[in-house]
Amino acid sequence: MQVSMIVNGEEVTREIEGRLLLVHFLRDDLGLTGTHWGCDTSNCGTCVVWLDGEPVKSCTVLAAMAGGHEVRTVEDLEQGGELDPVQRGFMECHGLQCGFCTPGMMMTARALLDRNPDPSEGEIREAISGQICRCTGYATIVRSVRWAAAHEASTPAGGAS
Amino acid sequence: MTTTDERPAGFEKNDHKPVGHGRMLRKEDPRFIRGKGRYVDDVQLPGMLHCAILRAPVAHARIVSIDTSAAEAHPKVKAVVTGATLTGLGLAWMPTLSGDVQAVLATDKVRFQGQEVAFVVAEDRYAARDALELIDVEYDVLDPVIDVRKALDPSAPVIRDDLDGKRNNHIFDWETGDEAATEAVFASADVVVSEDIVYPRVHPAPMETCGCVADYDRIDSRLTLWSTSQAPHAHRTLYAIVAGLPEHKIRVISPDIGGGFGGKVPIYPGYVCAIVGSIVTGKPVKWMEDRSENLTSTGFARDYIMRGEIAATRDGRILAVRTNVLADHGAFNGVAAPVKYPAGFFGVFTGSYDLQAAYCKMTAVYTNKAPGGVAYACSFRITEAVYLVERIVDCLAYELKMDPVELRIKNFIQPEQFPYRTKTGWLYDSGDYEPTMRKALEIAGYDDLRKEQAERRARGELMGIGVAFFTEAVGAGPRKDMDILGLGMADGCELRVHPTGKAVVRLSVQSQGQGHETTFAQIVAEEIGIPPADIDVVHGDTDQTPFGLGTYGSRSTPVSGAAAALVARKVRDKARIIASGMLEVSVADLEWVKGAFHVKGDPEKSVTIQDIAMRAHGAGDLPEGIEGGLEAQICYNPENLTYPHGAYICVVDIDPGTAQVKVRRFVAVDDCGTRINPMIIEGQVHRGLTDGVGMALMEMIAFDEDGNCLGGSLMDYLIPTALEVPDWETGFTVTPSPHHPIGAKGVGESATVGSPPAIVNAVVDALRPFGIRHADMPLTPSRVWDAMRGVPRPPV
Repeated sequence: MQVSMIVNGEEVTREIEGRLLLVHFLRDDLGLTGTHWGCDTSNCGTCVVWLDGEPVKSCTVLAAMAGGHEVRTVEDLEQGGELDPVQRGFMECHGLQCGFCTPGMMMTARALLDRNPDPSEGEIREAISGQICRCTGYATIVRSVRWAAAHEASTPAGGAS
Repeated sequence: MTTTDERPAGFEKNDHKPVGHGRMLRKEDPRFIRGKGRYVDDVQLPGMLHCAILRAPVAHARIVSIDTSAAEAHPKVKAVVTGATLTGLGLAWMPTLSGDVQAVLATDKVRFQGQEVAFVVAEDRYAARDALELIDVEYDVLDPVIDVRKALDPSAPVIRDDLDGKRNNHIFDWETGDEAATEAVFASADVVVSEDIVYPRVHPAPMETCGCVADYDRIDSRLTLWSTSQAPHAHRTLYAIVAGLPEHKIRVISPDIGGGFGGKVPIYPGYVCAIVGSIVTGKPVKWMEDRSENLTSTGFARDYIMRGEIAATRDGRILAVRTNVLADHGAFNGVAAPVKYPAGFFGVFTGSYDLQAAYCKMTAVYTNKAPGGVAYACSFRITEAVYLVERIVDCLAYELKMDPVELRIKNFIQPEQFPYRTKTGWLYDSGDYEPTMRKALEIAGYDDLRKEQAERRARGELMGIGVAFFTEAVGAGPRKDMDILGLGMADGCELRVHPTGKAVVRLSVQSQGQGHETTFAQIVAEEIGIPPADIDVVHGDTDQTPFGLGTYGSRSTPVSGAAAALVARKVRDKARIIASGMLEVSVADLEWVKGAFHVKGDPEKSVTIQDIAMRAHGAGDLPEGIEGGLEAQICYNPENLTYPHGAYICVVDIDPGTAQVKVRRFVAVDDCGTRINPMIIEGQVHRGLTDGVGMALMEMIAFDEDGNCLGGSLMDYLIPTALEVPDWETGFTVTPSPHHPIGAKGVGESATVGSPPAIVNAVVDALRPFGIRHADMPLTPSRVWDAMRGVPRPPV
């Protein structure tokens, strides 16, 4: 079947099998390998992308279901050569080690900050609780998101540093 | 080997922009935060095919027949391979890392659920999976051996009838320490406490599963393998031995690895299948296991059933520790440990205490479960050893009605006793335990916590405080004592300084997230004064790096870190000679400060390392006997392991109504000697603490009586999320290693080793009002509930 969708602001059209998962469509068909495949059961969240602005686990979304919708992946976080504050936060606060869960974590964090510019530690932990990181122990991810909140271009610097 | 110069002045306060050691953001992060990491599954080659593996649905069965005709007829299938095919190629069995053999594809029987039976190579990964459904295997199901305690029963089915003359499921017996001396101490001790302690089977479950892309070039007879390997050089040698390919025609590349934790040390059948698939089809072949395959077939850890005994005086002087262990190794003995150490470094079960005697007897057996045995950040079985001793010491404190901190401090090995030879033969290099413990107590506010606990107990609340103190043995070799399949555990390092003063350092170890590209640049920077940003770290490619045994057992910094420091000093020694020529003074008149050689007494006269690099490559004269260029290489053979230590304190609250354990606080004070990048060290510690919460409270690979794996997905195998762990509180002390060139010790697994006993000790402490002295991991609500109600513990 043919599917068309907007991925990172650009329209793409491909001939696919109806059963193709969105994660494999993004990785194998579009070469967007920043989105990872970790578990098949929606438990690990390494595959989190945005579907119409909402974080979803792309291992449990069919590519066909994304037809006519907008998908955003980690590759789109950097805009015009400027890193997103979330990306900078993860570097500054050692919010990643092996980097495998990182794209999914950052996409969730970006979505959280868009609706809650000053999240508490508990709110951040809740937001990423559908995702697993085996490296960081989460504390530095929480710090990274707090750092991003404090360094958002659109909001005055404040909160935790 | 060169001597150590004093650390250059001005290098200490380098937090902002370090020249050498200190907090520094990671050089690898810019690619990861852009989604530009390059993991094995990201490798796409022209014409690449996909491999999928058919696995055994039952734990023990004889293969009656395999019909692959329907699969072969699938339009997208390029090859179907069974054990019979591999037998023809001499590849049906492969050696394990511990001298056993393991089936690449089953030929006679399947011996665990999830074992590899056949594989398909097809045009895409979905078609490959489809074709697996078309393979028809007829099994004659046999009784499995699942309960490890029954594995040696005379009536138990023999799992390994492939081995000549094998009539039982026994693998090895192993002992350490002095049995008679220990018995004598126990016989005359005031107090003897014993406890049955189970360390259940768990799995490292890195977020990236195992996989590879094999690309065999028929014309050049050359194999390139992108692989999730923690030990690319060792793997290359083993492929050469197993497959009969010449070693110089094999290139193993471990690109970015999405976590390893020991699970990516062994060679798994899937890698061999992909290689065979590429040889057979003449195309590149990718194999990536899914999560279920990862959890059911690769790299389990622990599975030790231990009886711990401790002898002491009534006033709390610990005299001896004794243990008897039954080790479940699964269907093939696939333990990744130095050859002379079949139980890894379990011999350090004497812990951090000055004992009169110690003894361990261990029996390892086969069961119808997945093979493996050393994985999950265990420092070669030190997790089990530390858990045993720290649990049994707490049991002793319980019986003596002593504070567990007081009991530990009273028995610590004293600083003046180092180097300290333990009763099981290990030579602890350095340690100063009491300050580390005191620091943890101070951060935790231990006395106040005990007061709070008393108040809460009076109100019927269940609050527990758990303490653990560990000493680890990390950084294998030396090579004379430690090898894997005959490969000595040493590591090479090469450093090349380019004419413009930039450098490249090539490592034999390889990162799975530990940040080698940063840490090793800092190690070299500290020694030769070139900023870390100007030093490229190359790792994970056998064509690009010197030979070495790889990253596991917290050995990168103790072994390869030493190699990097020493190779840099070798370069600096040559630079000094060149500088003496440039400045027309003798080498003795030069001093090394901040990346430059200065003439003593005339600091205006100096040359930087960059000046020297250009001179070394330039047209001008060099001192007599000095070759051009500025580079060196070494192979570092450690004279001993390094012995980091740490004090951990955990505070838990248990809901009396649901028996849910909540880790409220966790304090970790680590001593890993010289600290190269504190940010990275803290990250490593945080990781291990989270492992501890997982193992102590959530994680277990369980089986039903038929051998069905009950932990085969992340819905069933529970890993901590951000909601199950607290904000970690860390601290440190610094006791340098006397034999490591920069005094550093390993730290990557310390917290995985040290945290489970702290958490279990806290839970048991919370349950003290119920008269409970021990409960087995994982302390899930149902297990804690049963413990509170006096229900006997489950068998395994």
